[in-house]
Amino acid sequence: MTVPIPIEQILVQTVNGIVSGMILALVASGLTLIFGIMDVVNFAHGELVMLGAFVGATTLASTGSFWLAFVTAVLVLAVFGAALQASTLRPLLGRDPLTTILATFGISLVLQKYALWQWGPSARKIQEPITGQFHLFYLEYPWYRVATAIFAAAIIGALWLFLRRGKYGIWIRAATQDRIMASAMGIPVPLVHTMVFAIGSGMAAASGVLFGPLGGVTQTMGFDFTLRAFIVVVVGGMGNLGGSILASIFVSLLEAYASLVVSPAQAVIASFVALILTLLFRPTGLFVPTPK
Amino acid sequence: MLALENVHTYYGKSHILHDVSIEVGRGEVVGLLGRNGVGKSTTLKTIMGLVRPAEGRVVFEGKDLAGLAPHKVAHVGIAYVPEDRRIFRLLSVLDNLRTGLERPGLSAERRQALLEKVYTSFPVLRERRNQAGGTLSGGEQQMLAIARAMMLEPKIILLDEPTEGLMPRMVGQIREIIAILHREGVAILLVEQNVRLTLEVSSRVYIMEKGQVRHHAPAAALRGNRAVIHQYLGV
Amino acid sequence: MTRDAGYWIGFAVVLALLTAAPLVLPEFWRRFATEILIWGLLAMSSDILIGYTGMVSFGHSAFFGLGMYGAAAALLGVRPPSLWLAIVSGLVGAGVVAVFVAYFSTRLRDIYFSITTLVFSQIFYVVIFTWTEVTGGENGLSFRQPPFSIPGVVSTAFTPVTLHWFVLGVVALSYLVLRRVTQSPFGKVLQAIRENEARTRAIGYPIERYKIVAVMLSGLFAGLAGVLYAIQNKFAAPDFVFFAVSGEVVIFNVMGGMGTLVGPVAGAAFFLLLREGLSRFFTEYYLIPVGIIFTLMVMFVPQGLLGFLRRRLNP
Repeated sequence: MTVPIPIEQILVQTVNGIVSGMILALVASGLTLIFGIMDVVNFAHGELVMLGAFVGATTLASTGSFWLAFVTAVLVLAVFGAALQASTLRPLLGRDPLTTILATFGISLVLQKYALWQWGPSARKIQEPITGQFHLFYLEYPWYRVATAIFAAAIIGALWLFLRRGKYGIWIRAATQDRIMASAMGIPVPLVHTMVFAIGSGMAAASGVLFGPLGGVTQTMGFDFTLRAFIVVVVGGMGNLGGSILASIFVSLLEAYASLVVSPAQAVIASFVALILTLLFRPTGLFVPTPK
Repeated sequence: MLALENVHTYYGKSHILHDVSIEVGRGEVVGLLGRNGVGKSTTLKTIMGLVRPAEGRVVFEGKDLAGLAPHKVAHVGIAYVPEDRRIFRLLSVLDNLRTGLERPGLSAERRQALLEKVYTSFPVLRERRNQAGGTLSGGEQQMLAIARAMMLEPKIILLDEPTEGLMPRMVGQIREIIAILHREGVAILLVEQNVRLTLEVSSRVYIMEKGQVRHHAPAAALRGNRAVIHQYLGV
Repeated sequence: MTRDAGYWIGFAVVLALLTAAPLVLPEFWRRFATEILIWGLLAMSSDILIGYTGMVSFGHSAFFGLGMYGAAAALLGVRPPSLWLAIVSGLVGAGVVAVFVAYFSTRLRDIYFSITTLVFSQIFYVVIFTWTEVTGGENGLSFRQPPFSIPGVVSTAFTPVTLHWFVLGVVALSYLVLRRVTQSPFGKVLQAIRENEARTRAIGYPIERYKIVAVMLSGLFAGLAGVLYAIQNKFAAPDFVFFAVSGEVVIFNVMGGMGTLVGPVAGAAFFLLLREGLSRFFTEYYLIPVGIIFTLMVMFVPQGLLGFLRRRLNP
């Protein structure tokens, strides 16, 4: 028995998919940058999102300002990420990739339980800074969601510009393409690595805070983000920034549409299937021009 | 100005360089000849800090470069143009050049001046400045690699086989570029298989075999010495 | 010859200790000892992939979980509940998963393989969690413990002590089998694949076939561990299919010493004891010190406890 799905539902889910996709894109771009430049698959990336959300929630609770909470979370996590990379990951440079994935796995465990210890088992709330809804087909759709998508897009746009123009952008792009030659050109590669990890952590924190009003802040939210971000990075092409952004939207749309047919808990399988199909047929990434 | 003293370098367990000692004076063009695989590239990599010597020293302007990371070696005044050019394929020509320009203490005017100078010497780079490095021809990539090194305003450039894979008429261009650099007082350590070019541009030449320096003479002396050339280079 | 003899003596001593354990330990520690054996088996199965073939699986919980649910299906579906049917059913369940993973193992390398195993186990988790009619969903399934039976000869219910001996027997046997495999030419090829896959392929070995067998072997023994767990605890729950279990298995392997078979068992014991001990002080935060220890070990003692001890004992 097929139930025809009204077009309005599909359109609403499209909007939802794009909103989640943009938040995921923030997470995935950080992960992709990190992988591209230092071959590190950061298993703890989702935990950085989670910590950002908690720092944001705490700051919001004490200051009442969403924007202050946002900025604080981003800065705190950027610094934390830099410290983490410099202390734990830098010594592992050059070892096989399995070692870094294991090490970041260990770190994710510690961070997850640390959050539990620091903030207790109960969830936190982040109230959206923009309340109010508008009429979208049959729904009252929150403005906040639309604002989030636009804001996330702005951050990614800023990242893009940063990479294309400035001095550090050149450093990062050169060191990503050829670490050795970049070093021979006087680019301080170890510093660039730390810088990129800091940027990735900051972006993860940003998405955590933005996601807060949508999904709540819990100590276990990290794993889901890590899993989805991994899927997106592979589907988009490892190390390919544009690809991971497109893939984030693609995968989120898939899940959004799937949840029209199955329960949201099961809709997540849509992204798993996307990953498996990509690995089977286009392993270099769905959005990579042509596999060389 | 630059000296390797009794350097031994290993790749893992392979003993590549045996007791290598080489000197390059300020503004000199010094050649390093030898067949494939004798360790010429490894010598350059050791200077650049890309490979650590197990024994011996690399001294530049009186300072021991021991353990310096490659980017610090670049700051000290040594630039490297590797064997396969290794230009940043996905960066534009301009961005490739900028990798050498984004360093502290370089004013915007100075940067522009350096760019202008290089565009004048290599007009094709100006033409292609917004094109991705990977789209350039072999010869153009070689020019870009050298121009990029010049952006560092180095005191010495380590040139690894610049004529490799280039068409014969481009060899003349390389000769000109070396002459320009020499005029500006930049020293060059030239690793090459092209014997004729090396003897033309260098003041002194080292010849390596199996990781050791076997012969060292002024280029003038070697120009007529067919026997030695034949012995070590089979030419 | 003396080294070999020493090894077997050591083995016999450990076996004797483990056999005597349930007779002298209080109830809680008796169960604990049995559980260490089961997790040890799971860790061993994972070592075949991580330690010997060089493929890190983050999805062993899928094999374990399906072994558990496979056994549950037999114990609930067939009356009277049969031990051997449960074992077979569990192995079949795990085997099916293993076939899928084996297929992917031949096409994906390194990180891609690891991520895929992770995703696979999550797929199974979601399916099991949400397919409430069949799997009991969140609450899982509970069933009766089957008796130990040899058809036509004997059928007696397990006591905690005899169950422990049964588990010990199965695990010890599995250990001997796996040890034989890793020391055989086949095992040597696996290790060659771990050292340098390209070179091993260039020499002429059909890598894909070896990987498939390795995955099947690993999956089946992991499933067996799941069956034992189901029998001991009389329930099957989706928690055991969740990633956390896979993560713990990896911890056992790294901490104990990859590529040694015994190491991961020791790693499992060490971890479980640490958890037991530390949770007295840290309650549920025991994973913070354990996680730190794990990360430090990955960085500085990658050969694990066993490798570390080995180096100390054989200078």
